[in-house]
Amino acid sequence: MSVLIYLIPVALFLGLLGLGAFVWSLKSGQYDDLEGAARRILIDEEKDQKNNEKQDDN
Amino acid sequence: MEQQAISSSSDVVDRLEDQSNNTGYEGLVQRAENGDLSLSILVSGVHCAACIQKIESKLSQEQDVSAVRLNFSTKRLSVLWTGQKERANNFVKLVEGLGYGVRPYTPDQAKESVKNQERLLLMCLGVAGFAMGNIMLLSVGLWTTSTETMGVATRDFMHWISAAIAIPAIIFSGRPFFKSALNVLKSGQTNMDVPISLALLLATGMSLYETINHGEHVYFDSAVMLMFFLLIGRYLDMRARGVAQASAFELLSSLNDFATVVENNATRRVPIRDVREGMYVRVSSGEIFPVDGMISEGKTTVDTALVTGETLPRDAEIGDAVYAGTVNLSAPVTLIVDRAAEDSLLADIVRLMEKATQGQAHYVRLADKAARLYTPMVHSMALIAFIGWWGVGGMSVQGALMISITVLIITCPCALGLAVPVVQVLASDKLFKSGVLVKSGDALERLAKIDTVLLDKTGTLTLGVPALTGTYDAHEMKVAASIASHSLHPLSKALCNVYDGDLLEVKDVKEVAGRGLSCVIDEKAVKLGSRSWCGDVNAKPSEQPELWLSVEGGAPVRFIFQDELRTDAIHAVKAFIQKRLKLIMLSGDQNSVVQKVSMACGIGEYYGEQTPPQKFEFMENIKSNGGCVLMIGDGLNDAPTLAGADVSMAPGTAIVMAQNAADIVFMGDKLFPVYETYETAVRTQRLVRQNFMLAGLYNIVAVPLALSGMVTPLIAAIAMSGSSLLVIGNSFRLRLKS
Repeated sequence: MSVLIYLIPVALFLGLLGLGAFVWSLKSGQYDDLEGAARRILIDEEKDQKNNEKQDDN
Repeated sequence: MEQQAISSSSDVVDRLEDQSNNTGYEGLVQRAENGDLSLSILVSGVHCAACIQKIESKLSQEQDVSAVRLNFSTKRLSVLWTGQKERANNFVKLVEGLGYGVRPYTPDQAKESVKNQERLLLMCLGVAGFAMGNIMLLSVGLWTTSTETMGVATRDFMHWISAAIAIPAIIFSGRPFFKSALNVLKSGQTNMDVPISLALLLATGMSLYETINHGEHVYFDSAVMLMFFLLIGRYLDMRARGVAQASAFELLSSLNDFATVVENNATRRVPIRDVREGMYVRVSSGEIFPVDGMISEGKTTVDTALVTGETLPRDAEIGDAVYAGTVNLSAPVTLIVDRAAEDSLLADIVRLMEKATQGQAHYVRLADKAARLYTPMVHSMALIAFIGWWGVGGMSVQGALMISITVLIITCPCALGLAVPVVQVLASDKLFKSGVLVKSGDALERLAKIDTVLLDKTGTLTLGVPALTGTYDAHEMKVAASIASHSLHPLSKALCNVYDGDLLEVKDVKEVAGRGLSCVIDEKAVKLGSRSWCGDVNAKPSEQPELWLSVEGGAPVRFIFQDELRTDAIHAVKAFIQKRLKLIMLSGDQNSVVQKVSMACGIGEYYGEQTPPQKFEFMENIKSNGGCVLMIGDGLNDAPTLAGADVSMAPGTAIVMAQNAADIVFMGDKLFPVYETYETAVRTQRLVRQNFMLAGLYNIVAVPLALSGMVTPLIAAIAMSGSSLLVIGNSFRLRLKS
């Protein structure tokens, strides 16, 4: 039974980690625009392109 | 329709290089603490990923812009930048240049609070889910191992850990229930949240007591599981309702726009709500009249379709009255304001709508009705169980309380709470995929009950835009389209729509208000316009709208147009009649036109030349005689009736205000989705009733068992969840059967 001393805290820690991630994603507004998020996956990554263009300009 | 008007107005602005437009936005810029500037605006016409990308990438290429984000759900665009305030106007211009309409965004307290509530519920749900998972982990150990193997110390240890997770989780995530219960108790009433709160608090309190006294009846798992399931139902319900509320708040946003006021020979942009009687307002062609007034300078054609429902534009010259919400088609004019924006016809309509919307709040949803009946029953049953076992049966307080808690948990209205929202969310989802957007949660519930359908003509039964009919000589088409491309008149637009070849070079284009266009092609004078101006006055009169083309030295040619019925209008009307629903057509258009259309699609009862208040009264009359009305319409003139009817639908081409007022919006050129929505609503209601029956049946079986003390709180929680799953499963049948 002594294994519980380690396992229960480990389980709780992992759970809390998940909860923390959820709270963070909620606070940073990731659930505010679910419809938009679903459509954004269709957009190509713009930033890389833009950076490349800038480098080309230089 | 309004989107069209807005985008074409920005075209005109670009063409005229009018500096007076697109200004005034610097007043809306907010400064953050670190000196960054931010602007929030509403963008209309955004409908896909490409739109998001176009707008965001265009603005993020600007210098000093640090962040651009377009929220697709709320259509709100936020821009963050450093530097000058005035750049706000540039950003607006850039977005308009891409072909989107822009309106100022004014933060709405009520809307924000809805948003925050939704977030809070989601947070509670997350915490409850975490707690449930972890407590269950411990509980599985407790259930599968006997106390003899584990020892009392280990068992207490596990109980204490459960308590450490469950108590904070219940205090945090139970708040939505506790708050609402407290509020109703204060006002001396009761609702579903009272037994829920009671069950949560009692179960937790009892479990804590047992844990402290090394007992074995610890049921933190039941309490948290109960809370988790209830929160899911609550969140789904909130989402379904949230959409409806959000759209009601947007009604007045059309008054947030700007008007160009002329003062001492200079123009300045003023928010429409600040425009006062006696001011002079300039309206360029393509723009929407912001206020009611009288034309003091210029001569033009006015598209009144949005306000009165007339298909054809009307001429207006000095001294004529024009109304807010109508569109200035051909030439810039100046008008003297005779009523401030708050008193304009538009504002009257908005007020009528507010009244109508408030009237609607009286509707009691089926789930709330059930809750009202259910709650007192649960309370009394739990109380009877306690008194019965303790007072009469001679059981210990603790044991009697345990049975009482079991009754509370087992009767917990989880299945009842899920019965309606799950089916509604599934139905909305299904309809959304076929192009029908259900905006308010209980719209389908109301739709299933209707007995009368009121229809608008222009834009609802018909497509709302005139289309060219007949065949014409290719060269004549080319000449006509070349000249028509210079006008915003609906007939000219219709001509250009059907023609897709090259255009001829056109010189000296002049638009003569109320008559037509004149120009020079190949050194010949060409005119396109009304019969009296350039047509053959002796030709047989036509009932349909017509345009005449005359080329110098040739005989005039006639183009005939028709506002066509939606292709399946007759089919849809028939389907409704088969269901024994009464169909009535109400239109602002002339009687003769209305009669013809109603004959064509088989509607027996029709009324023409109806003003917006008349339509509203007509609908109120039916309602007060016990009827249940579905209103379908697309114009400003339909908006109050849409808002006041028991349930309402608008096509996707309707003006923003009508779409906001309607409970359901359908896309595409077909009318049949309206009937399909009705059918889905009827089926949805059938499933909801089945769900209620399942929940009731479960209670009939489970409650006596709980009352007799044969069930522990844990089994009660599992049974309760089982009944919830059963209800969810039944709801999914909506998807299986088609």
